[in-house]
Amino acid sequence: MIQIGNLVTIPLLTAIVFLPLLGAIVVMLLPRQNKAAIRYTALGFAVVEFLLSLQLFLTYNYAEGGFQFVEQTEWFALLGSSWHLGVDGISTVMILLTGLLVPLGVLISFEIDRQPRLFMALFLFLEMGMMGVFASLDLMIFFVFWEIGLVPMYFLINLWGGDNRLYASVKFFLYTMAGSLGLLLSIQLIGLTAGTMDMVQLFQFWPGFEGSGGTFLGISVATVKDLAFLAFFLAFAIKVPVWPFHTWLPDAHTEAPTAGSMLLAGVLLKLGAYGFLRLVIPLFPAQAAAFAPVIAFLAMMGIVLGAFAAYGQDDFKRLVAYSSVNHMGFVVLGIAVAAWVYGITYTGGAAPWLALDPGTVALADKQSAIIATNGAVLQMFNHGLSSAGMFLLVGALYHKTHTRDLRKLGGLWVLAPIYGGILIFTSMSSLGLPGLNGFVGEFLVVRGAWPVFTVATLISMLGLLFTGAYILKGLQKTLHGKPSQEWVDYDRKHHRLEISLREVIAMLPLMILMLVTGVLPNWILPMINDTVTRLFGGS
Amino acid sequence: MIDWTNANYLPWLIPVPPLLAFGLIFLITNRSWWLTVATAITATVTSWVLALAVVLRSVGAPVLGLAAPEHFGANAFGSSTPWLNLGTEQFSLGVAVDPLTVVMLFMVPLAISMIMIYSIGYMAHDPRKERFLGYMTLFAGAMLTLVVADNLLLLFIGWEVMGFCSYSLIGFWFEKESAYKAGVKAFMTTRVADVFLLLGIAYLFAEAGTLNFRDIFFNEAFLEKLAQTPALLLGGGLSAAGLIGVFIVIGTIGKSAQFPLHVWLPDAMEGPTPVSAMIHAAAMVSAGVYLVVRMYPLLEAGADPHHGIYSAPLLLMAYVGAFTALFAAIIAVAQNDVKRVLAYSTISQLGFMIAALGIGAYIAAAFHLITHGIFKALLFMSSGSVIHAMEHGEHHAHEHGHHPHNTFESDKPFDPQDMRNMGGLRGRIPATFWSFLAGGMALAGFPLITAGFWSKDEILAEAWTLGLGGEGFGPAIFVFILLVLAAFLTAFYTTRQLAMTFAGEPRSEAAAQAGLGGPRSMVSVLMQGPLLVLAVFAVIAGFVGVHPDFPLFGAIFSPSGNPFHEFVGGTLPHHPPTLAFNLIPVLFSFVVALGGIYLGYLVYWRKPLAAGQVDPTQAALDRISPAIYAAMRNKFYVDELYDAVFVKPAYWFSETVVSRVLDRGLIDGVLHFIARAATVIGETFKRFNRVVIDGVGDGIPQGIGAFGRWFRAIQSGNIQQYLLMVALSVIVIGIVVFWNLVR
Repeated sequence: MIQIGNLVTIPLLTAIVFLPLLGAIVVMLLPRQNKAAIRYTALGFAVVEFLLSLQLFLTYNYAEGGFQFVEQTEWFALLGSSWHLGVDGISTVMILLTGLLVPLGVLISFEIDRQPRLFMALFLFLEMGMMGVFASLDLMIFFVFWEIGLVPMYFLINLWGGDNRLYASVKFFLYTMAGSLGLLLSIQLIGLTAGTMDMVQLFQFWPGFEGSGGTFLGISVATVKDLAFLAFFLAFAIKVPVWPFHTWLPDAHTEAPTAGSMLLAGVLLKLGAYGFLRLVIPLFPAQAAAFAPVIAFLAMMGIVLGAFAAYGQDDFKRLVAYSSVNHMGFVVLGIAVAAWVYGITYTGGAAPWLALDPGTVALADKQSAIIATNGAVLQMFNHGLSSAGMFLLVGALYHKTHTRDLRKLGGLWVLAPIYGGILIFTSMSSLGLPGLNGFVGEFLVVRGAWPVFTVATLISMLGLLFTGAYILKGLQKTLHGKPSQEWVDYDRKHHRLEISLREVIAMLPLMILMLVTGVLPNWILPMINDTVTRLFGGS
Repeated sequence: MIDWTNANYLPWLIPVPPLLAFGLIFLITNRSWWLTVATAITATVTSWVLALAVVLRSVGAPVLGLAAPEHFGANAFGSSTPWLNLGTEQFSLGVAVDPLTVVMLFMVPLAISMIMIYSIGYMAHDPRKERFLGYMTLFAGAMLTLVVADNLLLLFIGWEVMGFCSYSLIGFWFEKESAYKAGVKAFMTTRVADVFLLLGIAYLFAEAGTLNFRDIFFNEAFLEKLAQTPALLLGGGLSAAGLIGVFIVIGTIGKSAQFPLHVWLPDAMEGPTPVSAMIHAAAMVSAGVYLVVRMYPLLEAGADPHHGIYSAPLLLMAYVGAFTALFAAIIAVAQNDVKRVLAYSTISQLGFMIAALGIGAYIAAAFHLITHGIFKALLFMSSGSVIHAMEHGEHHAHEHGHHPHNTFESDKPFDPQDMRNMGGLRGRIPATFWSFLAGGMALAGFPLITAGFWSKDEILAEAWTLGLGGEGFGPAIFVFILLVLAAFLTAFYTTRQLAMTFAGEPRSEAAAQAGLGGPRSMVSVLMQGPLLVLAVFAVIAGFVGVHPDFPLFGAIFSPSGNPFHEFVGGTLPHHPPTLAFNLIPVLFSFVVALGGIYLGYLVYWRKPLAAGQVDPTQAALDRISPAIYAAMRNKFYVDELYDAVFVKPAYWFSETVVSRVLDRGLIDGVLHFIARAATVIGETFKRFNRVVIDGVGDGIPQGIGAFGRWFRAIQSGNIQQYLLMVALSVIVIGIVVFWNLVR
């Protein structure tokens, strides 16, 4: 609860969702010329928002579990939809991540000179969309915020992007829209059938729903469910992105402005993975389990081919963009394990698609699933830190050199020693060096996936190997070697290549969290673990 | 509350000072060389003192009134803390000290401290020397973490951080292409192995529910069950324990530079010499062997090499280790770079240890690990001292310009590491000569008075007894024969190296002027002081592991049983048997060591190489075929092979197949097709009703159309179409295969 004086009391989640909107409106009301005021106002709102998300993180009682900070008021009764918010451990972690990344993105966007007012307003508006998705417990609300996240990002790419921004933004928009369309239809189908859009009720009702006489509108309920599942899967798979639905990502990430890339990779991709965990697995356990081997296969393809593709790039930003395909592959692999074990546990192996012996899921598999899901969520958080950091650093370099072509860079460590050190640190986090954050998540996913999807895990190791290859390629091509005379002169006459103080300040929280999560992952893991354990029926 | 006077918490403190120093150096002291030096030295020496305290606590020190703990192996001390909450369980991370850790804690901090002191002298004139010491402290901290870890995950953390440090330090002079490439090569080659190790760890964790060494190794019922469970992969009688073991052994093959992943280690010479000492002796490669020694009870699960029953990981180690020992020794004979010879000798000696472990000679492997760590650190630092002296001499020669048209110099830049440019250094740097000699003789296994003899002899003795000398087990016979040959070559090439470096007359102006700035210069003291300390240990360290029945020496050093054997044997749940003393392998040890040294003496020392003279070994081999020596010198072309088979195709596959053909061609092609189809449909509608359909916009189809035209252009070649088909069918087949494979 947020008290304002003695009169107004705003529930915490509503405050978290709407504060960015308020920020966007306030920013738009500022005079266009006063860039400093615009920047610091936006930063102020983002920081307060972060403090709210921190308060949520600190006050969520994970030992008690379940949805907390729940609020529900009537909204759209005709559709069976209500304003229903609430968080569990997974969404709390995601809200914390979003709250953390937005102020850093605002800070790094101080460098934007063209229409900063519109930029900042869109950026905060985007934050509202993301917070809303993580906080909502109603399908309709979920969908509305899901779409809200799409529009500002389109404009951020389209208006402040790189040379190929038109193609990239349209591809991003149409592709994600195509996914959303199915999602919307399915949500309506479910709402119509069940008479409610409330997630908490649907988790109870929908998976076991068989309709009257097994048909609905003349179609068998099983078919309805299968189709709805496929639509959900497609929407979220495009967002994650699951291979082979990933080709919008390198274009969008590469063309987006730095802060846009940070949020795109840091948070927007997580919306897809979050959708799988929040909706797909609980609502469609049988279908998800049957599909789990395919998901695992696609995850493996993403891990391996994402790494290869990243290695094949000569554009630094594109290389980092492809690294998301590789890293999110591990999230998807963890989700596949979760889907498999959850679905079989739920159906007892007797689902129509699965003709399995009910005894298939042993206790050990359940522990594997818990570990894999923990790993997937932790990897979501970790990838948020490292990819945002990487995009920030690539952007910082581009801002000074005006090129991202790895063939032109090189030897910059001599000219920018502090930048070099920070880039190496962040790259190592992305590479999954033990002692830093990335490793913990990947290890948990590998551990959890190995007994369940052995072959996929084995082949994924090839991707892990090439993660090393592309990270080292990025480092080598930028930092190592002798700087050309051109860069030496450029550094002296045109623009210092060393990282600026503002960029260091934006990097610091990320780097501290990378180290802390790598050394003491239990600062955040219990929050995830308790929710995940409950999902699999533990306590 | 933690009671820090309790010895159980002491091991936590050992890795902390260097790790702390790393942070301090990078964040605060990096502008001041002397502050950095003070930080680094304080940290390493503190660790050393703490380690010594742990050693004393463990072996007992009657002088100080400390009694050795009873049955120390079974009663290791340490503590742990919850690290990860997983489900309703907690995964704990901690430290523990058992006998194996104790002997490592004797060797590692000693070597690290000496290397650190040496670095101060060696790097004194480098512009980035503070950064260097920073990395070195991280390296030290990671190695110490690995040694005191009580579980496989913490060990792996130290293991990988060391990998990062070696990458950074090998490529420390990153302006040089060869340096940064060597760094990347080291990282990537070891990573090949590390991903398998990671799988092994995950697999073990899945089966055991813990990664704590003692919980696993002292649980015999579990190990037995694991040896009975069929592996998840590969079937064919391989057990789960076998597959986990194979994964772990692969990890060691990478880290300890065994064939076929040995290629990174010789290139690691690109780093400053203290790094080589760190990698080759104190840390990195020793960590690889330490891992398999540590995991031995698991690797041996279901097998009994002392009765001829081998498990898959044991066989893998026996064959790979023995082959590598000989293979690397052959290459070492034909190298002219003073550090490269040592690099191959490291690969070869690590092969000895791994082969020994493969035939169940647990104690002997651990023993050789310790003695080798000491004398290899000594050798590398001595060689660094030689290189430094040569650079100094080269500088001197140019400054004074004795010979404006130097007859020694070719048009190639002068190489201070090339032994063909050396000769006669004995008189210029005597302290280095004597320590190099002590280290070299220990490496060659000079009988009775060097540490290397005792540890190598123990390996050969076990291989003999289990193989030709009685039991007749195939792997032991194989190991014995290859190791004897390797030992002979080791003695030979070591003598060759000593002779080429120190004997005869200088073969270049630099060698004639070589020096470390006189006995009183700071650099000279800092660099040669540690050498002398290690030289003493290279001689005496072997006496802790003498067989009790060894004539004369056994009575002096092991009156109540072999101390090293008794102590380290306690690490295992079952004390390994002491094999009966046998004179034949000792004779072999004598003959190969002395024979190799004598042959080297005949060929290289008595008639020292003249400038420009063809190497006598080459001359002799060329009479058979010039290809032999060329192959040896070129390391049997393994690097070239890997480049052609793995490195280049990997890039081609990434760049052309995955990003161009698959992503931009196939997947985007389908997308654009759909988009274009939609546009066409839209256009059709438009004809009927221009008013309704105008929202899609013209920019979109135009952008997509342009892309399509571009896409048609790149598609014209046959190769792309072919690849497209290949990619498509691979995906389809992959899905089908995969579907069947899962459960």
